[in-house]
Amino acid sequence: MLRTTKKWIDDRTGIFTAVEYFFDEEIPASSGWHQVFGSVALFAFLIQVTTGILMALNYAPTPGEAWESLRYVVTQVTAGSIIRALHHWGASAMIVVVVLHMAQTFLWGAYKKPREATWMLGVVLLLLTLAFGLSGYLLAWDNRAYWGTMVTTRITAGAPGGAILLRLLGTDGTSIGRVTFARFYAAHVTLLPLVVGLLILCHVILVRRHGVTPAPGDEHRPKKHFFPEQLFKDTFAVFLWCVGVGLMVAFVKVPLGHVADPTDASFTPRPEWYFLFLFQMLKLFPGPLEVFGSVVLPGLAVAALMMMPFIDRSRLVKIRQRTGAIALATLAGIGWAALTATAVATTPKQIEDENIDDPQAWQLIPAAQLAGVGAFRAGHCASCHVLGHSAAGPDLTKAVSTKPSDWLMDHFRKPTPDASESDLPTAQLRALVQLVTKRDDNGIEAWKTAPAGPVMGAVLYQANECSGCHMLNGEGAKVGPPINGLRTRHDRAWVLGHFSDPDKFTPGSGMPPFDNLSDPDLATLTDYVLSIPK
Amino acid sequence: MVNQPHTRRSFYINAINVLGSLIAAALAIPAAAYLLIRPKGADDSGLTEVADLDQVKIGTPQEVLYVRKRVDGWRKITEKASTWVVRTDDHSVVAFNPACTHLGCAYHWDAPAKHFICPCHASAFSIDGKVLAGPAPRPLDRYVAKIEDGKILIGSVIEQG
Repeated sequence: MLRTTKKWIDDRTGIFTAVEYFFDEEIPASSGWHQVFGSVALFAFLIQVTTGILMALNYAPTPGEAWESLRYVVTQVTAGSIIRALHHWGASAMIVVVVLHMAQTFLWGAYKKPREATWMLGVVLLLLTLAFGLSGYLLAWDNRAYWGTMVTTRITAGAPGGAILLRLLGTDGTSIGRVTFARFYAAHVTLLPLVVGLLILCHVILVRRHGVTPAPGDEHRPKKHFFPEQLFKDTFAVFLWCVGVGLMVAFVKVPLGHVADPTDASFTPRPEWYFLFLFQMLKLFPGPLEVFGSVVLPGLAVAALMMMPFIDRSRLVKIRQRTGAIALATLAGIGWAALTATAVATTPKQIEDENIDDPQAWQLIPAAQLAGVGAFRAGHCASCHVLGHSAAGPDLTKAVSTKPSDWLMDHFRKPTPDASESDLPTAQLRALVQLVTKRDDNGIEAWKTAPAGPVMGAVLYQANECSGCHMLNGEGAKVGPPINGLRTRHDRAWVLGHFSDPDKFTPGSGMPPFDNLSDPDLATLTDYVLSIPK
Repeated sequence: MVNQPHTRRSFYINAINVLGSLIAAALAIPAAAYLLIRPKGADDSGLTEVADLDQVKIGTPQEVLYVRKRVDGWRKITEKASTWVVRTDDHSVVAFNPACTHLGCAYHWDAPAKHFICPCHASAFSIDGKVLAGPAPRPLDRYVAKIEDGKILIGSVIEQG
């Protein structure tokens, strides 16, 4: 039954015969593990296409909204963070395997006659793979993406014909806006996949036309078949590639920083790791010589790669005898590694605010209001004032109180004639006045939902009069630095230490030491100030 | 296919199948979860004020326009929406989803005939939402509705039928 169906389909489409023909390819006796990289690269491309399509299903390709939708993918959509990580690490791993594929071809001299066109097409595919990386980098629209792409477009501007390239990218080189974003997106998801897909097809057809490159001596040995031995080796290599990518997906977080901020002068842009060597090389060519590092040298290198089959026209020999090629590849590898390592070593450590979850309401309101929530709870006000509907007292979430603050303070001290006097400190009652008279929707939300820890932190913040010097969510003085975004500037140990001895951490600091606070209080206050977003 | 011991050949083929299946599963499982499982944070059970109770006469359905906040994918949006409100007595209202349960067209109240009528395929519904005629498969969908301090509040849809 199965056989008749298969035959019926094959008679009409030829699909099984085609697969058989493809798998039954004759390959030289010397073929083996060193020739698996092409298949892995093809597989990597298919993974990028698949995960890319999946991401596009939940992605809005415009500046700003791009970041929002990507954040939605990684925080809300089931397995969204896995799909994005597969695309991200898959891209890096694809570049690794494409370079390995080229290195193997180079070392074995497989670019020689009659395979010149196959090789040149391969070089073009390598460049297009890098173009994929470059264009995809912008699409996350976080600071990293924005500033990294900014640098790239500036380099483009300095190249010969740069003005035309910039026009094609829809920018004048001073900023990146909607048009440029659309161009990068269109290149990344329509133009490049189409062109790369077609060129891969041509590349594979050429590989079949000329056959897998034999080693000297193969002509005297019987040929092998691609299936099943070499296919097994290719599959196993693909499997190892997947394990590598899988480990990265599982254990290394893919960055998604703050939404791109063209005014953020504190951000140090760095390209993806595979472009770091170019970035570092630029530093070797100061001032007017820069164009050598950015355009001339890379241009010459690409030209040399392209023309390799015509530069090296010697006879095909065994890999062990290709000492010149081995030396050249080793030198290139060392140069690349040295430049990349220097770039990594000189990158300032950045405390990028990676907390991309939506901030909670309590993180967005002034400390006094949150301290007011503490007073409301400590004073058991909810026994009369139920939040959300009327009870013995009015529903305080309905409207902002217009009562004068003296009336409110008196009411808080002694809510009813027969109630006992409140024992809450005046500062906390004042905080409650702030809450009922000034709160917005976030205030109401925080009132209902703020966890006890941050509320206690806000009470301590209020009691110690921190707002006398520091600004927090729009309230406070500007004598000291703002609390918003403190976590992007300092870590927890620094803040804790700073409380007990400010002068030690910031020489000349005017802040008094807060050694009167107990350790748990200090920890609560530290957690609170570090939770306030940028 | 020739010159190879049979066992070796079958090992290769089995290994290709096993590794291939593992790779396919490792990719297909997250992809299926991504496509088929509902994203987090899409539920919204809050109540929205739509009208004063006094605006609605007992026994006469009224289309009420209101503004609601909703999570739409990655955006929290504020949008105009409508509902058909029927006040049944002094203390209770019913709020219908304004889409016909057949194919989602907007139905309206036919006052002389005293029923809701859908212009698309002529489904008719009684004042309490029951199907009177046409292809509609189930009664009109209702929102959670309640009255508080003289205001009509509605929440999420309760599916019927």
